[in-house]
Order: sequence, then C-alpha cells, then structure tokens
Amino acid sequence: MNAKRSYKLLIVDDSNIMRRRIERSQQFEELQLVGTAGNGVDAIELFKMHDPDVVTMDLTMPRMDGIECIGKLVALKPAVRILVISALADKATAVEAMEKGANGFLNKPFTDRQLNEAFAELMR
Amino acid sequence: MLHEQELKTFVEGTTNFFEVAAQQPASIGSPYLMEGAPQVHEYTGVINVSGKREGVVFFTAPKAMLTVLLMKMQENDFSHETMRDLVGEVANTISGNARRDFGREFVISVPCVLSGEKPELPQKPGLRSFIIPINWRSHSAKLVVSLT
Repeated sequence: MNAKRSYKLLIVDDSNIMRRRIERSQQFEELQLVGTAGNGVDAIELFKMHDPDVVTMDLTMPRMDGIECIGKLVALKPAVRILVISALADKATAVEAMEKGANGFLNKPFTDRQLNEAFAELMR
Repeated sequence: MLHEQELKTFVEGTTNFFEVAAQQPASIGSPYLMEGAPQVHEYTGVINVSGKREGVVFFTAPKAMLTVLLMKMQENDFSHETMRDLVGEVANTISGNARRDFGREFVISVPCVLSGEKPELPQKPGLRSFIIPINWRSHSAKLVVSLT
C-alpha cells in the first residue's frame, strides 16, 4: 500500500472500550475511521456501505464470530487488509484466520506500540 | 478438575493482563480451593467454557478498581455500561489467552456480565472453584476458575 493515500478503516469488536482504544491508539494519519461494529453481522452491513480498505477484527463476538465474518468480507473485497485483534491465543485459531484471508494477528492485551507495529505491517 | 500446572496458565494470564493493559503489575495471591459460590464484587464478567473442558471462568472486581483501570487505559467514560464492558473484556482476555496452553478445544463464550448485589452465579454441581486473588494498587479482585 502507498503510505500517502488514505485508507478507510473499519473497527470490529464487541467491546466499546476496545473499539475506542484501537481508534485512539492508532497513529496513522492515512487511516480514516469510517465505522465501528460490535458483531460480524453489523460489520458486513457497514462494510457494504463504506467499502473500507483496512479492518480490525475481533473473533469472539455475538451473532456472527470473526472467523466467519473474515470469510464474508474477503469474498466481498479480496484486496481488503484484515488485522485480527483477539484474546484467543492458540496457534490453530491464528492459522484458521489467516487461511480465511486475514493478513495479521495481534493478541489481546496489547500495547500501543504493538498495535501500531501491526498496522504498519498490514499497510506495508 | 484443574491441575496445578493448568492453574498457572490463568495466573500468568492475569499477571500479563495487568502488566500490559494497565501498565502496572498486579500482585497475585496464592490460589485456593473452595466449594460453593464464592463472594463476588460489584461487577463480574463470566465466561462459559465448553468443549474439552466445561465450566466457568469469571473475573469479579469492585467499581473503584475498574475506575482506576479505565483511567490507566486512558478511557474517559466511567458509566455503568463501561464498567460492565471492562469486566467482561478482562474475563474474555484471560480466558482467551488460556487457549495458548489448552488449545482451541477450550471453547469460550462471549462474556456475560453480572452486576449489583448478590448476583446469581452459574455453577456446575459438584465442581469446585479455584480462587486466584488479585491485588492491584489498593484494590482487590478475584479470578475464579471452575472447570472439569
């Protein structure tokens, strides 16, 4: 990705605190928040509405979990860049998320530095 | 029933949460076993566990502790809903991190949050609970692990 253009960002997490934390802590001017969702169903709706380039995705969520949602978002837009931000720390889950189309995986809890490194890696 | 080594997973998860999310380590007391429903604080985040293991993991904390934790996380909303959100997120994070050792067959639910006086805690009959005491700044909280 070119660092000079702006990228539309969608944050998906069932915790309001986490959504605000990600929004507040990310330090990239080129990332423009277009929406936040608390579950996979709302995420797909917002995704269709705003066509984001970058998505952060929680995995354990009500209505539709993150793994299923990743598959649906990638089907809608194969070029979307998805960073999974989840407490689920087993390797098998990370592998499954990547196989579904995620581009990065960050475990909770995380520091601001870890979050920004993950975004930087995602946009490289 | 949990083994000592497995309990260590939850102790480490709790330690890691406070070190990273609150940027200030908590002091974790010696875990102990108890039968029956443990006493809880004002807010309790409950994670139901299914799959290879069954039972519940919950994090219970007083409002005063959660308020300071929110401040350390640079949060400026201290509403009842945010307290509920936080206590659920702590329970979710510690339980989710446990999959590093337990594997993906350790299936966790989305958090269910209890608040107010004497909430009814989900308990499996005959299952004993390990209590992990957490002291952070001047506040006390607990992680309760009750698993087959």
